[in-house]
Amino acid sequence: MKRQIYFKGWFLPVVLITPQLVISAIFFFYPAGKAIWWSLFNPDPFGLSTKFVGFSNFIYLFEDPYYLNSFKTTAVFSIWVTVLSMGLALLLAVLTDRLIKSAGVYQTLFIWPYAVAPAISGVLWMFMFDTQVGLFSWYLGLMGWKWDHLLNDTQAMAIVVVAATWSRISYNYLFFLAGLQSIPKSIIEASAIDGAKFWKRFITIIIPLLSPVSFFLFVMNSVYAFFDTFGVIHTITKGGPEQTTMILVYKVYSDGFVGLDLGSSSAQSVVLLFIVGLLTIIQFKYIEKKVHY
Amino acid sequence: MVEKKGISYWFTHVVLSIGVLIIIFPVWLAFVASTVTNEEIIHPPIPLIPGGEIFKNYSRALTESFETSVPVGLMLFNTTIVALGIALGKIVISFSSAFAIVFFQFPFRKLCFWLIFFTLMLPVEVRILPTYEVVANIGLLNTYSGLIFPLIASATATFLFRQFFLTVPNEIIEAAKIDGAKPMRFFIDVLIPISRVNIAALFVIMFIFGWNQYLWPILMTTDPSMSTIIMGVDMMIGGSDDVTTWPVVMAASILSMLPPIIVVLSMQKLFIRGLTDSDK
Repeated sequence: MKRQIYFKGWFLPVVLITPQLVISAIFFFYPAGKAIWWSLFNPDPFGLSTKFVGFSNFIYLFEDPYYLNSFKTTAVFSIWVTVLSMGLALLLAVLTDRLIKSAGVYQTLFIWPYAVAPAISGVLWMFMFDTQVGLFSWYLGLMGWKWDHLLNDTQAMAIVVVAATWSRISYNYLFFLAGLQSIPKSIIEASAIDGAKFWKRFITIIIPLLSPVSFFLFVMNSVYAFFDTFGVIHTITKGGPEQTTMILVYKVYSDGFVGLDLGSSSAQSVVLLFIVGLLTIIQFKYIEKKVHY
Repeated sequence: MVEKKGISYWFTHVVLSIGVLIIIFPVWLAFVASTVTNEEIIHPPIPLIPGGEIFKNYSRALTESFETSVPVGLMLFNTTIVALGIALGKIVISFSSAFAIVFFQFPFRKLCFWLIFFTLMLPVEVRILPTYEVVANIGLLNTYSGLIFPLIASATATFLFRQFFLTVPNEIIEAAKIDGAKPMRFFIDVLIPISRVNIAALFVIMFIFGWNQYLWPILMTTDPSMSTIIMGVDMMIGGSDDVTTWPVVMAASILSMLPPIIVVLSMQKLFIRGLTDSDK
């Protein structure tokens, strides 16, 4: 849609747009540029001078088994979180959509975890599985299963996946429910009259009609698992044991702030920049497509 | 709908109720833990029914310091300022920049639009170190401004307002111009009133976003008295289980999630609208 009528003048709009541009310049463009710049240098140990090293930070990065492993960890983590949180949310949304009177009540009961910070979700799950005081680790111990997510890498991955999923279900649930409620009831009823059972209707009507929202959620959940889950990792495992839950974002933080490795951390930031860029473009393409509907 | 009250109707309720229980359980357990003594927690299993220490634990959490942290009362105060600052700041700067982009033609308008769009690709997480350096150089570490300003430029909010402004009929602007209204008059008397639902919906989402910030406050604050509640809870957990005062930590966790949960539940319609709008 294009607007034909404008107000006159250029001074006022420039004044109005300046705050956002200034903040973007100071806190977005300058730091991003600096990250790219730093990624090409290697500060010496005494901090007296920095040496231009070209792409060797990147080459070093991609030869570092820990970094390559962090890619794998991020992929495993993101896939689990995305599949679990979308799958469970879809199940709950489909069931809620079948109800008329109590749908609103269930909606209320399912959406509030969105308000709980991922870091707090991490604290809650860490508390339930704490090696000494955790309720579940105690019961698991009774059954002869020793739970220690600070030593066992499978258990560490499992608990961060569960905590991240718990925080995310409500978001996916809301979008799926909105998607389901926008499907015209007449279509469902027509196919029911034709004798299609629930599962048949689910596979032939609901799934195809939900595919745009599913694709959108898939991208949004990847972004979530890549970036917003920092708090979950930080409160539960801090990337351990042996870097087995070290997702890329956590590694940027831990190499940069804890390890103080400026060149490597910046190079990692630049790699992340590419990933976000890619995800944004995919998402933008999706929005463009949706506008044409 | 199509289904009648048969087996499948009850099956639906049973599965949904199990879902609700699983979703609520972690918070319930934290609540129970915040009402018992530390003794009851360090000798597992912890009870599943609230105990009688609720007032003691919550008042200790609100007023005492634990480990390296300051009292939760102060953290809640800090977090409120930061969350309100981020939410209001985002709305003010995106509303005015969207107004400029949609209702005016000025040099480099397209360029400004694309510059704002590009910030979508630069979340805090990908530029941690250099942004920290910038904030440190300006001298904003351990200040509310340092916690608020780097987070208030929002491409999403700008796009949302732009999208909405584009649906404002040309006739309204024409009428305003004929009546001799200056742009700022139009802005205040027409645009703000017709946008108030959008503003409120976005405010709800941005408030939760601001409240739940974690990584940024960890980097920005070395002074415990500036810490926000979300990072503060983690600070209250000791290095080992022996020194952690669990009931108080859990009371702090409950207090940390209460304000945003109340906002979501009491403004459910606005919340859902804000969430579904702001991500499209």
